[in-house]
Order: sequence, then C-alpha cells, then structure tokens
Amino acid sequence: MSNAVIIKDAVKKYGDFIALKGVSLDIKEGEFFTLLGPSGCGKTTLLRMIAGFNSIEGGEFYFGDRLINAVPAHKRDIGMVFQNYAIFPHLTVEENVAYGLKARKVPKAQIEPRVKEALELVQIAHLAKRKPNELSGGQQQRVALARAFVIEPSVLLMDEPLSNLDAKLRVQMRTVIKKLQRKLGITTIYVTHDQEEALAISDRIAVMKDGVIMQCGTPTEIYAKPQNPFVAGFIGVSNFLDCTMEQDGLVDIKGELKVKVPVKSTYTGPARLSARPEQLFFAEAGMPGEVQFSTFLGDFIEYEVKLDDGQNLIVNEYTKDTTEVHEAGEKVFLNFDPQRISVYEAESEEVITC
Amino acid sequence: MARGQGAALDRKKLMADPIMVTTIVLLITFLTLFILYPLAILLVDSFVGDGSFGFSIFKRIFAMPTFTRAITNTLKVGFVVGIFSSLIGLLFAYVEVYVRMNRFAGGLFKLVSLLPVVSPPFVLSLSMIMLFGKAGIITRFLLHIYDNSVYGYWGIVIVQTLTFFPVCYMMLKGLLKNIDPSLEEAARDMGAGRWKVFADVTLPLMLPGLGNAFLVTFIESIADFANPMIIGGSYDTLATTIYLQITGAYDKAGAAAMAVVLLCITLLMFAVQKYYLEAKTAATLTGKASRGPMLIEDKSVKVPLTIFCSLVALFVIMMYICVPIGACFPTWGYKFFPLTGKWFKQVFTRYHGFKAFKDSFVLSLIASPITALLSMIISYLVVKRKFKAKGFIEAVSMLAMAVPGTVLGVGYIRGYSGGLFHTGVLQGIYGTGLILIIVFVVRSLPTGTRSGISALRQIDKSIEESAYDMGADSLKVFMTVTLPLIKDSFLSGLVTAFVRSITAISAIILLVTPSFLLITVQINEFAEKGSYSLACAFATILIIITYSAVLLMNLFIKYFGTSRKIKED
Ligand SMILES: Nc1ncnc2c1ncn2[C@@H]1O[C@H](COP(=O)(O)OP(=O)(O)OP(=O)(O)O)[C@@H](O)[C@H]1O
Ligand SMILES: [Mg+2]
Repeated sequence: MSNAVIIKDAVKKYGDFIALKGVSLDIKEGEFFTLLGPSGCGKTTLLRMIAGFNSIEGGEFYFGDRLINAVPAHKRDIGMVFQNYAIFPHLTVEENVAYGLKARKVPKAQIEPRVKEALELVQIAHLAKRKPNELSGGQQQRVALARAFVIEPSVLLMDEPLSNLDAKLRVQMRTVIKKLQRKLGITTIYVTHDQEEALAISDRIAVMKDGVIMQCGTPTEIYAKPQNPFVAGFIGVSNFLDCTMEQDGLVDIKGELKVKVPVKSTYTGPARLSARPEQLFFAEAGMPGEVQFSTFLGDFIEYEVKLDDGQNLIVNEYTKDTTEVHEAGEKVFLNFDPQRISVYEAESEEVITC
Repeated sequence: MARGQGAALDRKKLMADPIMVTTIVLLITFLTLFILYPLAILLVDSFVGDGSFGFSIFKRIFAMPTFTRAITNTLKVGFVVGIFSSLIGLLFAYVEVYVRMNRFAGGLFKLVSLLPVVSPPFVLSLSMIMLFGKAGIITRFLLHIYDNSVYGYWGIVIVQTLTFFPVCYMMLKGLLKNIDPSLEEAARDMGAGRWKVFADVTLPLMLPGLGNAFLVTFIESIADFANPMIIGGSYDTLATTIYLQITGAYDKAGAAAMAVVLLCITLLMFAVQKYYLEAKTAATLTGKASRGPMLIEDKSVKVPLTIFCSLVALFVIMMYICVPIGACFPTWGYKFFPLTGKWFKQVFTRYHGFKAFKDSFVLSLIASPITALLSMIISYLVVKRKFKAKGFIEAVSMLAMAVPGTVLGVGYIRGYSGGLFHTGVLQGIYGTGLILIIVFVVRSLPTGTRSGISALRQIDKSIEESAYDMGADSLKVFMTVTLPLIKDSFLSGLVTAFVRSITAISAIILLVTPSFLLITVQINEFAEKGSYSLACAFATILIIITYSAVLLMNLFIKYFGTSRKIKED
C-alpha cells in the first residue's frame, strides 16, 4: 500500500556541520513530491534518511502513522532509483527486477508474471535476458525503474535518476516516470537540482537551501508566487529591483515609478521587488532605459535593457503580441503588471505581496 | 592509409630520437639475456641434455618418486594455502571496509599488511618452530606437549598462510572499496538483510577478485623456497627438490627439467590469472565508489568480527616479534632468561657477521637504483610511447613475475656456468657479484614495473607533450618532467627493490659462491643446522636493516616528497 510520508523537524549532523536544520514535510499518499535545490543543500541527505541509509540526529519520520526512525532500511518497504542506476552487474535484466520479489519471499509462481509486466511497462521486455553491460544508459535506467516499482513499495525514492542521461533522453524518460507514477499511484519522492525538470514532473516541490526548506508548493505556486528572493532567483529567471514600501501597498521604485500592489503585511521601508522577464513590458511611461541587445527566440524576443541607473533587466516579449522589434540603442520605458510581481522586505527577505 | 602514415610518422619520430632508440635496444638486450635466455636454455637442456633430443630426461625425473611426490605436495600446499589466504584476506578486508574500528584495531590491521612486505622470508618459520616446535615456548612450556612436530605439511601451510594472507587482504580491500555502495543499498531497500546482501551482491561481485587472490597466492606458495626449506622437514616441495637435485645429487640436467615443470605450472596459473580473471574483475567493478559503504552498526556482528581479526593480527605480529626476542635467549628452547646479547656477539666475532652484513648491504644497494631506474624506464615506455618492440618488453617483464626464483637460479646455472650456449662467452660473470646483482634486479623488476605503470598512468599525457612542443628530447623530458612527477613512486620503488633484494633467497642460494656471505643464506644455513639462535640473530640484523630503510623512505617522502604519498590502491 502506498503511504503518506511525514517528516517532523529532521536534523542531520556530520560532525560539527549541520546538513539539515529541522526540515518538516507533509507528503501525501500517491503524491509526486520533488526536493529541489542547489548542489550541497542536503537533498540526498534527506532522501537517504528516509531510505534508512543515514542516521537521524533529530526529528521524526513517519510512513503513514508508523514511526520509522528505528526501522532498518530493508524493512521500510521502499523502492529506490539511484543516480548511477546501481543495477547488479552480475545479474541479467530479469534477475535484477526479480531480486526484490525474491528477497520479499514472493511465491515463485507470481514472480515471473510480475517481472514480465514490469518490464513491459518500461518497454524493455525484449531485453530480459541481457546483462547490464549490454544495455544503453537509457535502458539501464528503465531496468532500475522497473526494479524499484515491481516490489510495489509504499514509497518510491529517486535521487537525480536522470542526470546521467543526455538532454533529449532526459525529457523522454521524465515523461515515462511521470506516467508510470500516475498509473501506479506510488508515493514518490524525487530529488533533482534541475528546476525545469522539477516543474515538469512534480505534483509539489520543496525548494531547499543550506539544509532549510525555503518554500513548498505546487509548481505554479512556486513559479508565480515565490516566497523569498532565493526561490524567485532559483526557479526561472527573475529581475530584482530595489524599492521602498510605503503605506497601503504603494511601492516606490527609485522615484521613477510608483505602483500599488496587493499586500498581506503592513511593513514599510526598504524592500526588493522581483519580476519575471515576461511580466515586464515596454510602455509609454515607467522606468527609463536603453535596449542593449535583442535576441529573437522564435515564440518570444528576449531583450536586455539597461536602466538609467546602470542596472540590466531581462525583458521577454511574445512574438504574437508585437509587430516591431526594438533595436539596440533605442530609448524605452519599462513597466509591469503590479498584480503579478513579488515584493520582499529588504532585511528579512520576507514576502510582502500576496 | 591514414593508419600507415601514422605508423610511419611514429617511426620517424622515434628514429629522430637516438637516446630513445639506444635505450630500447639496451633494454631488449638485457631482458633477452637475463630473463628469456636462461628460461630458453632450461628448455633446450631438458630436451637435449643427454646429447640426444627427446623426452629421456623427463622420463627419468618422472620415474623418481621423490619428484612426483614433490609435485603433489606442492600443488596440495598451494591449493590449501591459496584458499586459506584468500578467505582470511577477505575477512580482514571486509572488516576494514565495513566496520569502523578503533585506533588500536586499525593500527593492528595496518601493521599486519606492512610486516610481510618488509620481513625476510624465514621469519615466520623460525618463530613457528620457536613457539610450537618440540622445544616450543607454547607447546612445551605452556601446554607441556613434548612431542609436537611443526615440520611438514601443516607447518608449511600455516606459515605460508600467515605470510601471504596480508597480500590477499590488500588486494581484496582495494576491490571492496571499489564496489559501488548503491548496489548494496539497492539490494537492501528491496528487502534483503545484511547477510543476504553479502551473499547475493558483495560476494558474487568479489568472486573474480577472490579467484585472482587465490591464484596469486597459489603461485607465491608454489614458488616459495625459504619456508618449505626450514619448516618442511622431509615434506619436500618442487622448489626444495630442485635445490636438492642440484646441491645434493649434482644432477643439473634433471634439475633443469624439474624447473621446466615448475615453470609450466606457474605460467599456466599466471596466464589464467592475468588474462581471464583480471579482465573479469575489471568488468564487474566499474563504478568508482563516491561515498563510503554502509557500515555494520550491529554490535553482535561487529564486535566478534573485530575481536577475531584483531586476535589473528596480534598473533601474526607476535610471531614477527618472536624472532628478535628469540635471538636473545641464552639457550634456545631451554633457558630463556636472562636475555643475552651473546649470539649477536658470536655472529660478529665467529661467524663473519660483518662481512655478511656488508656483502648483502652493498650488493642490494647497487642493485636497487638499477632496478628502480629500469622499472621506471620500462613503465615509461609501456605507458607513454608507441613502438614495435613495446609488446615484447611488456610481455617479458610480466613473464618475470611468473618465474619462481628457483627456476631462474637453475636457468642461470645452466645458462652462464659454461658461458652463453656453453660457448664460454660471458662465462666471466658466473660466480661473481655481478650475476648476483643481476639476479636481484631481475627478481624485483616486475613489482617495480607494475607500480611504476600505475603511477605513470596517473600523469596526464599533455603535460609531457607540452615539454616536447617546447623542443626537449626524450631524455630531457623524462629527467625534467616525468621523473620529478613520479619522484615519490621512484623512491618507494628504490626502497622496495632494496628490501626485496636484501631478503631474497630462492635464486641467490643457487648462485652464491663462498666469496660472498649473504645474510639470507646464513639464516638458511644456521636454521638447517638447527642453530636457531644464530639464525634468529642474523634475521634480526636483516629486519633492522629493512625497517630502517622503510622508515628512512617514509621520513624522506614526508619532508621532501613533491606529491603526497601515493596510496597503496
Ligand atoms: N558523509 C558526509 N560527511 C560530511 N559531510 C557530508 C557527508 N555527506 C554530505 N555531507 C555534506 O552535507 C551537505 C549536503 O549534502 P547532500 O549530499 O545532501 O547534497 P545534495 O543536495 O544532494 O547535493 P547534490 O545536488 O550535489 O547531490 C553538503 O554540504 C555535504 O558536503
Ligand atoms: Mg545529491
């Protein structure tokens, strides 16, 4: 049976170094949940604590309502897909896939059909008799996948399973993974540092930095409403501007532009504004600047605009919304939709807008 | 077309480099004269030794019961020692890799892996006799057993196992460390417990490596001369039988044929090991481990394993320490106190200890830089250059690895006592220090070459190429770029060659003349006569020399080394 995974205040220490500083997550049954963050932020560490390969220095881990802190790895009922696949080199493809079933003492008669079905699901049934060294990278990855889900684990863990594949195969395999997960409904925790992959594949994402969760939400929430400048910068591209927050949601940008944004706090004072390139547009009035150069990218045009105070901004304009291309050197004014941008307190980096 | 042109270009480049060509020619001459030729002459002699071509000599030796018994004895010992050594080695390796040990146990493990390398070959046999023999400290004085015999089959098996298992341990440790931990983790999260993981994943992955360790030990055991000589008693192995055939029966043709038989056995093993198992080992262990393996936390497994291995280690270390202590007993086997230095005094006053020390020391000291330089040149040529005879050089220097010392010794006797092909040419070197030095060099060359090759493989080719681009010739590049980069490896090759030379016995004992007194030969002589106190005293002197050499090397590398010490794996 698939399980919810609940983590309360997980702490991991390597000697004096604290790799996880009290991480809490509530992962729902059947959910595709992704841990996303830059290298070294503690994703693998957290995943291996869930798997039972790392000791737990603090906090509680639950599968459903079962506390698993003291349960050894082989009794946790998990399937894991490793970055380097970790297929047994001395066993054939089908022996690899059958391994977990045998270890769980599944009756012999059931093993063969289940292995066959799993191999068919990942479309490598014709390779059943091969040894791993006779497979391509993508095929090995499929074996690893089949091996992990054939045991119908209550939780499926994947640590950057696609990072050893080339770009095209990566996109292809992530669709395979996503469809499979939907079909089987196994709670899945997926680790990646590729934000595009995370957005494409996940039901929900937790963005991590230095052992702390910066934001947790659906891909659209995280993209549209980043809760702090780190998330705004890490997911997609963001332009940051210094500004001053005044009463009633009024934002003053360097005295050049004043807009009203929807706010949820009463903070006033120095602040930072972040706007996606597609949220900025050319207007009759606004922040004055000069086009540095433009890149035509098919469905949109990307501009680099230098504001008069010297800061560079990236602006995207959809081809379908425009008829003319602004040339380098052209003087322009930039504006944005105040409903969609985010503003953060300068000191605490807490979000002000809602 | 392009390939032909490439080869032509390579040849042109080579010919434009006279130093290189001279080196290659000299090297080929050396290898042919001192490795290939002695082996070839053995073959020739054993087929035509009696004047007529045929199998008559082989028929004669196979009709000797002593010889056929020696073959079964040798194989029996080799097989059992191979099994024991690889299993104990595996246990040690597994504990080292999977159990976090305290400093004390860690130190024991390290010592166990180091001691056999720097010790003379007889040490364990001597201490075995001292501890468990008729007058053994443990058997007679602790257990009051008065008729225990350590001589024979079990004596050889135990002593060789204790001597060779550390080699297996080091080999298998390297392999275990290279097993990708995620393989074991994958098995574990699918529901396999630790024993199942070991049986299903770790062990199958290690099998080729274990086979490799087994064969390497098998070859070592078969080629071992010193231990069977001292502790074998009437249980003769091929190496001792060949020795006795020459020194006792003066049957040089028979000995040559026997040597051919011994050589065939080791070559066969070596071929299997080299071409079959090594390739297989490489195939199953591809992933480089990026993080440590899952350590055993379960105390009920961890504690007994650590304690068992530590006890074995302590026992081995104690056996090594026994020899210097045994050299200080007033009367071996009867009176232990007060400890005395009289045997050392006798060694120097009555038994020419100083000359033995000097001869051994000087000959090894001359041989070791030659060995180190030769092995560096060979590894350099093998790794970095392309030329026609490269395959020959590589093959012959590897062949030397599979040749037992006794076989080489007989080959030199047959090949040089009457000059080249019994013509008198080069006869002059027979019986001189020069031939001893050459034997030292040839015997240590394979080890040096092997470690040289692995050191050189770590140097990026572009570093040297940039030097060539700037106009340096090969000697200059080798001396100014390559050599400094492998300075530490060269130094350790130097010391290894020295230690191997000064502790060598199997080939040397057949070639040494009374004008040279070598320590190892003295140890053998006194142990044969039953003068164990004197044998121990000589062995102690040898141990002091080798340990000082290794100590000096470590100090030197620590303070003057360019790179950090090159790790054993
Ligand atoms: N065994 C260890 N001992 C000490 N520190 C460790 C150990 N393993 C990980 N760390 C540290 O903990 C932090 C988190 O490591 P972790 O492997 O979880 O990063 P990650 O988010 O998975 O990064 P990547 O995307 O590069 O895989 C890093 O700073 C790392 O240096
Ligand atoms: Mg990671």
